[in-house]
Amino acid sequence: MKTFNRGGVHPQENKLTNDSTIEVFPLPKQAVVFVSQHLGAPSTLIVQKGDKVKTGQLIAKAEQFICANTHSPYTGTITKIDVATDFTGYKKPAIYIDVEEDEWLEGIDSSTEIVREIKLDSNQIIEKIKEMGIVGLGGAAFPTHIKYMIPQGKKADYLIINAVECEPYLTSDYRIMNERAEECLIGVEILKKALNVEKALVGVESNKPDAIEHLTNTAKRFEGIEIIPLKTKYPQGAEKQLIYALTKREVPSGKLPIEVGCVVNNIGTAQAVYYAVQKNMPLIQNILTLTGKNVKQKKNLLVRVGTPIQSVIDYCGGLPEGTGKVISGGPMMGKAISELSAPTVKTTSAILLMSNKESSRKEVTNCLRCGKCVSVCPMGLEPIQIAQFAENRLWEEAEKTLAMDCIECGCCLFTCPAGRPLLDLVRISKNHIGEIRRQRAQK
Amino acid sequence: MSIIIYSILVLVLTAGIAAVILYFVAQKFKVIEDPRIDLIAEKLPGANCGGCGYTGCRALAETIVNASSLEGLRCPVGGDKTINDIAEILGLEVSASTPQIAVVRCNGGKLNTTAKVQYDGVQDCLYAHLNMSSEGGCPNGCLGLGNCVGVCAFDAIIIDKESGLPIVDEEKCVSCGACVKACPRKIIELRNKGIKNRRVFVSCVNTEKGGLAKKNCNVACIGCGKCEKVCEFDAIKIENNLAYIDFTKCKLCRKCVTECPTGAILEINFPPKKEKIAVEQAEAIQN
Repeated sequence: MKTFNRGGVHPQENKLTNDSTIEVFPLPKQAVVFVSQHLGAPSTLIVQKGDKVKTGQLIAKAEQFICANTHSPYTGTITKIDVATDFTGYKKPAIYIDVEEDEWLEGIDSSTEIVREIKLDSNQIIEKIKEMGIVGLGGAAFPTHIKYMIPQGKKADYLIINAVECEPYLTSDYRIMNERAEECLIGVEILKKALNVEKALVGVESNKPDAIEHLTNTAKRFEGIEIIPLKTKYPQGAEKQLIYALTKREVPSGKLPIEVGCVVNNIGTAQAVYYAVQKNMPLIQNILTLTGKNVKQKKNLLVRVGTPIQSVIDYCGGLPEGTGKVISGGPMMGKAISELSAPTVKTTSAILLMSNKESSRKEVTNCLRCGKCVSVCPMGLEPIQIAQFAENRLWEEAEKTLAMDCIECGCCLFTCPAGRPLLDLVRISKNHIGEIRRQRAQK
Repeated sequence: MSIIIYSILVLVLTAGIAAVILYFVAQKFKVIEDPRIDLIAEKLPGANCGGCGYTGCRALAETIVNASSLEGLRCPVGGDKTINDIAEILGLEVSASTPQIAVVRCNGGKLNTTAKVQYDGVQDCLYAHLNMSSEGGCPNGCLGLGNCVGVCAFDAIIIDKESGLPIVDEEKCVSCGACVKACPRKIIELRNKGIKNRRVFVSCVNTEKGGLAKKNCNVACIGCGKCEKVCEFDAIKIENNLAYIDFTKCKLCRKCVTECPTGAILEINFPPKKEKIAVEQAEAIQN
């Protein structure tokens, strides 16, 4: 079975919500929607206090290159335009909506009927993706349309769809593959058309045999979509690792996937693209896995953007006793939530409640020189060396050791028997190197 | 016997030839260095802290020798004495400067904020700053993980265990500015040391609206503007819900300190107020 070439770990899968079908989360009475929910320049707000908005209405416009539109996920009145606390505790510009009923904007098809025929051409599709504010749902929230504006002199050979879901606990992609396979694959077909490629490769890990079977059967009705089972190994879902696993091509250091003729998107993004292009529906809701070993009712929920995280937790039986960390995302790459009243955003794909015992860090002891971090690093880096440079504040040395190539998958930290905070130190190095590079560029 | 003589002769000859070659090579590749660089470098503290903005003491010495005036070139560590010595060597004029000190503009810490979450990552301010606002919820306040302590070459900063905030040792601080650069939240500032080391400053950098700031911290500046109004010397400005005292204009009258409703303005090294002593004495007598 195919997989990536070096490193990787296999953490306990803990896919506890595999069998719970997607449930629609009730609309909250009051919601907070962040103006910018993507990576890049901030969007410009176009509504005012007191305005009535309908579900799907544009509220913030993308006016710069790397930027995405934001739409209202609710029907109601805007009561306040202010800042709101996001889950890290920092304040960001947001609008507060008093939710009334759920009236979709005209032109949006909110039915479940499947629209198969793709009427738009390549440029129109990209324009539509941009208009509907689609961002990468794999976690980084990078505006999707930018990936499809291929720079001159480059040519794409493959569209690669990430349906790996290699993070433990997460099951949102698994559920949509099982329940909405056709929508996903139409989405893939649309992206294929946008990119003008013959072939789309969908990578799925072998721990989801039923999803693979279901997708393969559905894919028979499509042309040029190949479902490829991959060996279960983390971080298969990382862009560069997935490209290698599926095509045996290696993205050079510091370059983008288009360098080797690939464009990578998540299966969830493909589904969002289907809704955007075929049904005119902007990205205002996503599938969220609420999970954790002690959670009373573990669920996969269809949640509108802007729902308070606390209300989702309450819906599933409240915070269990002895919860040590609430994490947005999976246990490997997710971020700890420090503010539970914060609303969800476009990319909140999971909320993980971990017990104190499960989530606390190991005691830090001296490095044993065992080399485990080196052998598991999927980028072939030497995390311990970068960490040592970081401890001694030698940022230029860290740069020479290719710290910037780190994909922050956390394998080194996961495997270190001495509990050394390797990833933390590499991230610090990356931050300093970024600063040094900006200074260099100015000179 | 002859072996010894020959050996000595060969060695002497080789040494002679080598000496001649070395002499010519040395002449050819001679580097003419201004002897004053060594003299100046000797006067500098040699800590290579980078406080002057150059990569070390020798780099500063080289720049000084090549410069026509000492304007903008000085060693914050050595202070006036060092720069006067250097000026003497070069025969240049130098104006006196006001001594400065690093000031930590946050008084939150463990005593004035309530921790809502616990941070368990690596003990590095930058890393914590990238991942969360702070344990107490203030997005601008001191994280207390000691990046400033780590970069101080003079052991002038320590983290106070009780409050979790950095304390600057007035004797040891040489105002090199390393901690100012190391703080990811720009909390530390270089301010004039002041007459008799007395200083008045706003010990807060929170730019949130008053209510939000006060919710997370008992001693936050809420940007109410009372200090701005009471100041007779136009030294206080409110910007982004935050007061800032311009130390070049401040006359240390301390009216703002009494006026501040949250106690965000601190006075340092002033003798205790007379009324306060009287009240305390009265209390003591009553007890």
